[in-house]
Amino acid sequence: MINSNLNLLPKDKIKNIKKHYQLYLIILLPVIYLVVFHYMPMYGIQIAFKRFYVTRGFAESPWVGLKYFEQFFRSPSFSVVVRNTIYLSIYSIIAGFPFPIILALALNEVRSKRFVKTVQMVTYAPYFISTVVLVGLLYQLLDPNMGIVNKIINILGIESISFMSNTDYFRDVYVWSGIWQTMGYAAIIYLAALTGIDPQLQEAAIIDGASRLKRILHVDLPCISSTIIILFILSFGRIMSVGFEKVYLMQNPVNASTSEIIATYVYKIGFLNANFSFSTAVGLFQSVINFILVATVNIIAKKVSDYSLW
Amino acid sequence: MDKLFNSKNDRILMVFINLFLWFSLIMVLYPLIYVLSASLSKPSEVIAGNVWLFPVEPTLVGYTTVFKNPKLMNGFYNSFIYMFFGTILNLVMTVLAAFPLSRKNFVGKKFFMTLFIITMFFSGGLIPLYLQVVRVGILDTRLAMMLPIALSVWNVIITRTFFQSTIPEAMYEASQIDGCKDFQFLIRIALPLSTPILAVMALYYGVSHWNSYFNALLYLKSENLFPLQIVLREILVLSKIDPTMIQDFDVILRKQGLADVVKYSIIVVASLPVLIIYPFVQKYFVKGIMIGALKG
Repeated sequence: MINSNLNLLPKDKIKNIKKHYQLYLIILLPVIYLVVFHYMPMYGIQIAFKRFYVTRGFAESPWVGLKYFEQFFRSPSFSVVVRNTIYLSIYSIIAGFPFPIILALALNEVRSKRFVKTVQMVTYAPYFISTVVLVGLLYQLLDPNMGIVNKIINILGIESISFMSNTDYFRDVYVWSGIWQTMGYAAIIYLAALTGIDPQLQEAAIIDGASRLKRILHVDLPCISSTIIILFILSFGRIMSVGFEKVYLMQNPVNASTSEIIATYVYKIGFLNANFSFSTAVGLFQSVINFILVATVNIIAKKVSDYSLW
Repeated sequence: MDKLFNSKNDRILMVFINLFLWFSLIMVLYPLIYVLSASLSKPSEVIAGNVWLFPVEPTLVGYTTVFKNPKLMNGFYNSFIYMFFGTILNLVMTVLAAFPLSRKNFVGKKFFMTLFIITMFFSGGLIPLYLQVVRVGILDTRLAMMLPIALSVWNVIITRTFFQSTIPEAMYEASQIDGCKDFQFLIRIALPLSTPILAVMALYYGVSHWNSYFNALLYLKSENLFPLQIVLREILVLSKIDPTMIQDFDVILRKQGLADVVKYSIIVVASLPVLIIYPFVQKYFVKGIMIGALKG
């Protein structure tokens, strides 16, 4: 019985199924949920290849092949939204990735437990602020007339900048407010990995006369490299799906040329223009690229370092 | 000689580390303190830019305006409903999914697991999901805020890992021999042993319900169903302040000032429920992340 299913004979399997029929009843409800809200919508993806009439439903709407994909690739928006999406997420990853690691490594060196706890608690807190409140906060603090940031800038002798309605600053505000919000949260996972390091490694390094910096670089960092690589893969998998919520909230007509990304484009085409098929096609394009990216980064990570998702 | 050299370098490094940590601390804390102070200050002082760290001429006018606003209060009420019932539904569904998946003699475990994991990588996308919500007939109802997000596969995996590691297979088998059926085992033995993970899950789900606005944006049309975040978006981001909110003041500048203080107050009021309980439950969150990290 302790053996896993793989080693069971078919007749034992049937016996097991009979004996544990309740397990299937237990999982029934979650499976129904998956079918209704995940698998049936997947079936609905076909409207990307059809001219969808709400009145006719999925099955009755006529096939149009790749018409909507071609329409998307030819449209002037294509290069803009794809470029904006990739630019924004790569900027987020490159700028945001090192901070939690540095924070965790730094916290790991400090001996005062109380200071560590305080820093952790404070840097972790913004994670619980909702996206709406965060963006509202940005509007308030970055306001060109009354915002505290511009007041500080003014003192330094620089003129006010209207951060929130400026094409050039949209990405910076997006990325750095993101780092502000998630640095503490992201550091936790690295801290957990750091506490898992065998103290003997550190002691051996001390005896060998390694300085603190050398111990961080040659003991701590290699020990958490598997965590780093896995999180890096995961973040690359999300390249094409940068958070819709925050971008949409930060978007206004003035900064649209840098802030229009695939996700907001899909939403606008689908809901505001009611072009369901076209919107679904764009969404499908996004998820396919996404999957290819995760798979590719995963293969590279496997080759380079032995660590991978699958 | 070597040792001395090291310790001097070490000390310089520690100075940098401490500087970095203090800098992070202040960068995160300052905006939060500023918002709190501005929300408590006299509107004209906020406008004039006299608030830097502490409230200037403290007043609660921002807060009284917030609590007098029926739209905001209704948003609070709705968000509470969605959070409370949504979280209960989430917990039930998560446990129902995680328990069978954690049992070794659950024939077809691999199949079911794959069924769950596929949904992490593929989805129908925005429009097909929306059409499905319409088809199920829950568009523009309270159920639309709960059913489409009845469980998160990631949380199911975390809970499953917890079940696997804390409920010994031997105990499970012993209860089977005593004639205890699976459902009974789950209710009587597994759940009482799982309060830590249930607390973590309740917090994860609860916070995400409280903070979410996207589903409401998609599925709700009736204003009386709007959760807090949608109302906040109108006020904070779209700057639609109801003129009746500030009718007591006729001078435009003062209106502008009050509007600002009201916004700061709203930010505080909306984030406070989560931020107040957060220090107490922080260790559970950390635990949850670590269980998740064990087996991703």
